[in-house]
This record gives sequence, C-alpha cells and structure tokens, in this order.
Amino acid sequence: MVIRSRPEEATPVGPRGNAGAGRSTRRPGRTRSDAQNLRARTYSYWFYAPAGLVYGLIFVVPTVIAFYYSLTRWTLFDSQFIGLDNFRQFFSEQSLVSGLKNTLIYAVVTSGLKVVLGMVFAVLLTGPIRSRGFLRSVVFFPVLVSTVAVGITFSMLLQPDTGLVAVVLSKVGITSPDWLGNPSTALLSVALVDVWKGVGLATLIYIAGILAIPKDYYEAVDVDGGGAWTKFRNVTLPLARPATFTVILLSLIGGLRSFDLIWTMTGGGPGFSSDVIASVIYKQYQAGFFGLATAGNVVLFVLVSLIVFPLFRYFNSREVES
Amino acid sequence: MKTFRPRFAIAMVAASALVPLAACSSSSGSGSGGGSGKTEITLLTDSADTTVKPAAAEIAAFEKANPTITVKTETRPGGSDGDNIVKTKLSTGDMADVFWYNSGSLLAALSPAKTLVDLTNDPALANTDPSFLPAVTQNGKVYGAPWGTAMGGGILYNKDVYAKLNLQVPKTWAEFESNSDKIKASGITAVLGSFKDTWTSQLFVLGDYHNVAAANPSFATDYTANKVKYATDQAAEKGFEKTAEAKQKGWLNASAGSTTFAQGIKLLASGRAAQYPLLTFPVGTLPPAQAAKIGFFGIPGDDASTNGATLWEPGGQYIPKTTTGAKLDAAKKFIAFVASPAGSDAYTSAAPPTGPYLVKGYSLPASAPPVAKDLEAYITAKATTPALEFLSPVKGPSLEQITVAVATGQTSAKDGAAQYDADVTKQAKQLGLPGW
Repeated sequence: MVIRSRPEEATPVGPRGNAGAGRSTRRPGRTRSDAQNLRARTYSYWFYAPAGLVYGLIFVVPTVIAFYYSLTRWTLFDSQFIGLDNFRQFFSEQSLVSGLKNTLIYAVVTSGLKVVLGMVFAVLLTGPIRSRGFLRSVVFFPVLVSTVAVGITFSMLLQPDTGLVAVVLSKVGITSPDWLGNPSTALLSVALVDVWKGVGLATLIYIAGILAIPKDYYEAVDVDGGGAWTKFRNVTLPLARPATFTVILLSLIGGLRSFDLIWTMTGGGPGFSSDVIASVIYKQYQAGFFGLATAGNVVLFVLVSLIVFPLFRYFNSREVES
Repeated sequence: MKTFRPRFAIAMVAASALVPLAACSSSSGSGSGGGSGKTEITLLTDSADTTVKPAAAEIAAFEKANPTITVKTETRPGGSDGDNIVKTKLSTGDMADVFWYNSGSLLAALSPAKTLVDLTNDPALANTDPSFLPAVTQNGKVYGAPWGTAMGGGILYNKDVYAKLNLQVPKTWAEFESNSDKIKASGITAVLGSFKDTWTSQLFVLGDYHNVAAANPSFATDYTANKVKYATDQAAEKGFEKTAEAKQKGWLNASAGSTTFAQGIKLLASGRAAQYPLLTFPVGTLPPAQAAKIGFFGIPGDDASTNGATLWEPGGQYIPKTTTGAKLDAAKKFIAFVASPAGSDAYTSAAPPTGPYLVKGYSLPASAPPVAKDLEAYITAKATTPALEFLSPVKGPSLEQITVAVATGQTSAKDGAAQYDADVTKQAKQLGLPGW
C-alpha cells in the first residue's frame, strides 16, 4: 500500500499578513480599511516604469507593429496595405501545409523522447551508481555545444557514403539509409539529433525534481515491502510531476519554434520534406517577401500560444492540486 | 489601477520572441585617408574561393597601376544569405564603396534606382562589351560593369568516361537518354545530383531555356508580362520533366539528397559520375589536370538543328549611392580596370576562366580549360541564349526547393511547374510589376 501522507505540518507557512516587519507600529491608534491596507503594503506602480519602458520599447511596440506589417506588402523602403492577402497566401502555400505538419511532428517527437529519456537518465543518475558525477556531466555536455556546430557535425556523421554512422553500420552488414537526403527520414533524423542535444537539460530538471522528493516516502515504501518499481511508479513519477510539466513545456515550445538545427542539417530539404514553420518563414524573409514572412510570424505566435497556454494553465492547476 | 496579471506578462514574453529584428548598423568610418593623399575604398565580394582569389589579384594589379588608391576587401556569404546581406547593407547605408553581385533578376531586387549610382554612358564602361549591358539595365539606366567571365549552364561531362564508352556529345534529348542508359549500364553514375546544395538542382530547368526560347522566341517578354506560364507552356514544362526523368530512369546517384556540390565536382572529375547538370564555373576550382577532363554541352532539346547552350552573364560591379567624392572617382576607376583587358589578365592569373570575358578586345588564352572552349564554340556559332533570369526580372526564389522535390520524386513534374508559377507570382507582386 502506498501512503498518501499529506501531513498537516507540511504547511507551516502562515498567512503572510503578519510579516510586515517595521511598519505595523507606526500609527497604532488608527483603524484602516482593507484597501488602505493593501495600498500601504505594496510599492507604488511607478516602480515598474523604468522596466516597463524598456520592455515596451523593445518588445511590445515591435510586436504591435509586426501585427500591422503582417497586413502589408513591404520592402525595406515602403509598404502597401493589402489586408489579409498575406494570410491567404500563407495558408494556401504547399510548403506551409507540410511545414505545419512537420512542426507538430517535430515538437511532439522531440518533447516526448526528452521526457522519457530524461526521466530514465535522471532515475539512473540519482541512483547509487559508480562515477555518477562524471556521467551527469556526460549527459549534460551536448547542451553546452553550439547548435550549429552540432548540426554541421552530425550532417558529416550521417553522410551515407563517407559518414561515420554509415561506416560503422556497414561493418555490421547494414546498408545505411541516406539519413538526411531521403525525404522520408530527414525530419526524424534531425529530431533524434535534437533529442541527443536537448536531453541533458531535461535530465537536469528531472534530477533536481527527484532529489527534492523527501526520503521518507521511499522509506515508507521500503517499510511496506514495495520494490524499485513501486518506488518509481508511486513515488518518483507522481512527485516529479512539476519537473515533468516543466520539461514538456520547455521542450514543446522549443520544438515548435525549432529552427537552427533543422536549418544547419537539411535546410528544410530535401525539397520541403523537413520544412517547419520557422524555416518557411526564414525562407520568405530571405526571398524578400517581408509582409508574408511577418504574417507567418504572427501565425507562429498564435499557434504557439494556442498550444502552450492551455497546457500551461492545465499544468498549473494540476500543480496546485498535487 | 488593477493588479498586473501574470498571464498577460507571459503572453508578452512569448510575443517578444517573435521580434528578432535587431537592426545593427555600425557607423561606417568616413575618415578619408588622412593627409597622405591616398584614397581608400572598400570592395564587397562573396566569400567563395573562386571570387576571393581573383579579387585579390585584381586589387594587386589595380593598386600597382593606381598607387594613390588602396582597396580593402570585405566578404559576404553566397546564395540567398548573401542576397539578404546586400539588401540590408544597401538599405541601412552601410554598403562598401564597390560591390560585386549578380546581374539580371537579382539586380532588380535591389531597387537600383534608389540605391545605386547610374553608370549610363560612363567612361568606366568604355571596355565593356555591349552584349553585357541588358543584364545590368533597369528602366533604361545602366548600373554596372562586368566582373569575371560568362558561364554556361548545362551538362558538365567527364570526357574520359565518354571516350571509354564511345559516346558522342548528344545533340537531342533522345541521344542524351541513350547515353545516360549506357553509362548507367556500365555501373557509373549517369546523372549526378548534389541536392544538399539546393541551387545545383535547378539546371535542368534553367539550363533548358535555350530550347524554350528556340520554341518560342518571345517567351521572356511574355513571361514578364504574365502571359505564359511554366505549367502551361509545353516547351517550358519540359525542364521539369527532365528533372524528374533522372530519378525515374535511375540515372541519379543514390545519395543525391546529401551530396554537396564540392563532393559532386570531385566525383565527376574522378570518373565515378559521368554527367553533372551544373554551371561551368566550378571547373575553375579543380586542379588543371582534372579540369582538362571535363567538357561542357548545353542541355539538349528535341531538335538537333536548334541545339545550343544557355548562357549566364558575368556578375555586375556596382557602386552604391552612399559612395561620394574622391571615393566615387576611385570606385569608378576600379570597376573600369576590372572590366578591361588588363583586368581580365589579372583575373585569369588567379582563376582559370570557365567562359569568355565580356570585355572588348580580349579573347581566351590557349591555356583555358575545355569547358571555356566548349562554351566559346557555342558563342562563335551564335547558338547561345542568355538565361531567363537575365532577360526577365521575374524569378521565383523557391525554384531550388521545388526542383529538389521534383528530382527526388516527391512532386510530379506537372505539380512542380505549377508550384513554381505560384512562387513567381509572389515575387512579381513583391516587385510591383505591372500585369500581375
């Protein structure tokens, strides 16, 4: 049996109202309404102003402008208002349909594998194994390498005639497919490299999550006579849920906007077979279709929001509950 | 005042990720060479070895002839990344005093009337062959002088393989097919694809233009005016069919999808591949012994009597409007030197010519590689047509991806042609051409 212990003393933090150090004794005789109370306890909103100004100028204003320019056909010199034509054009493009599909496949595959592998590595690396610290750094190492360098290195390794992977496989008697040159394997090959590169971060988050689980729960399972599987299934998995949510959210956002690795490894090719929305947009900028590309960015923004915000809210609600 | 809602904050953070437009314009130093009387100008070229070396040779020869001027070089990447840099530099006023860039349709995308110095009837173009001028003319104004040589676009072939298999240079597409089948049967790659460098996939379409123009002499004007389309013009669509045929008939190398252009040219020189649809310029990068093995022929059409080749004009040297005063004079002197017989000699000393220079009174040296001679023979026989991109400002930017998709069998020839037409429409609208 699992102990669903939720000890009352686990919430020792009382209402923070009594923490107003150094203020409460000033005017003891006067009674205050709640609103005044709030006013006295919070800083003036003017404190937000400097940060807000910088933030507004650098982020908010360009974003709003971008929304406007997505409705125009513009060059660097002038612009012409064309209504929703850009969006119509963007959605009627063949590369977009495959790009949208590829983006989702890529995000789900990388995010899923990172969650699973990250959890496996984390359990392994928090367990009592030899040279744990060293192995932890080995798993984390690819995260530190520049994405472009990883992309170039792997496109050499995966070259079907001369690449290391093909050479090794041929020693075992397997003919290596053209990993990046074959339209049906290109996207997945890149996704796997992305997982190789990103799983270290997921592992790190999981290690932190797992180490934060109090030892008592595991001891309780021991007392109840449960094995390693029970510990994992009933303690580690549910109590590492915040870590899982973080990993899913981060890797999903990363996957949806992923660009650099795909660009360095396949350039969206062969043809359009590994194009994701970000690379479609990049190519449109490159071609000088600025209005169209801006519209694409707006679409990407909406898409990421549509996927991530509901997920975020859902995770948040679950976190409070658990 | 309401409390600041965290969800809104998150939305804004996410939104900010959309806007990576950080314009970084460095202040270009306007210090004019101090009191020594020397003028220093800058030259921007692409970073390919085939450009950088001759540029250095040109500068050395030029500085020797003009001791009061020094020229410094900057480089930029080639391909569409380079296009971006050139456009950005021009629009932010950060352009070098002279830059080497493409002629033809890519020039049109720079809005030359707003950004470039008008060189119409300028003495700097005194030695330029008039046949080059249409490629750098916009609305009746001439903006550039040529650098480097013209190139052929068609099939590079390995002469040793052709000799060994007893093959003749094909004059019709049917002969090309039978050649390719024989090459394939002998175990050599018949048609080499190097689609990792996507631009190399376009040659069956772009290099076929000589045949398109033979069938319909007014194609370029009709095309610019939106009257003919690739998908509906029979002669034009053939280019896409030829692209697809290489895969269908099994002529293509198995690893075409991940072969790079540098690997491809080596495979061709080594004789492991026999035919490579490409431009002639890469032959200049090979050691002379290998370059001597490679010949060139235009993409064959249906009729042997109209057999010929498609010609790529040399790139243009342009001066941005931001270059003024003494620097402008120096810049004009420099482009005049490059587009002169002396400049052509300097160029040849650094890079073997892979086609003729369009400079008056200069002909190829005897040591030029066979591809240059093959191309010169087509020119002497008046059997060349400039590529469509030099006759019409309309060129869709996605052609290279579309032809890869066709060449790897993901898209049919017919669909590919239709996709390209749609791509071209976008470009024409962006350029604001009449009739689109």
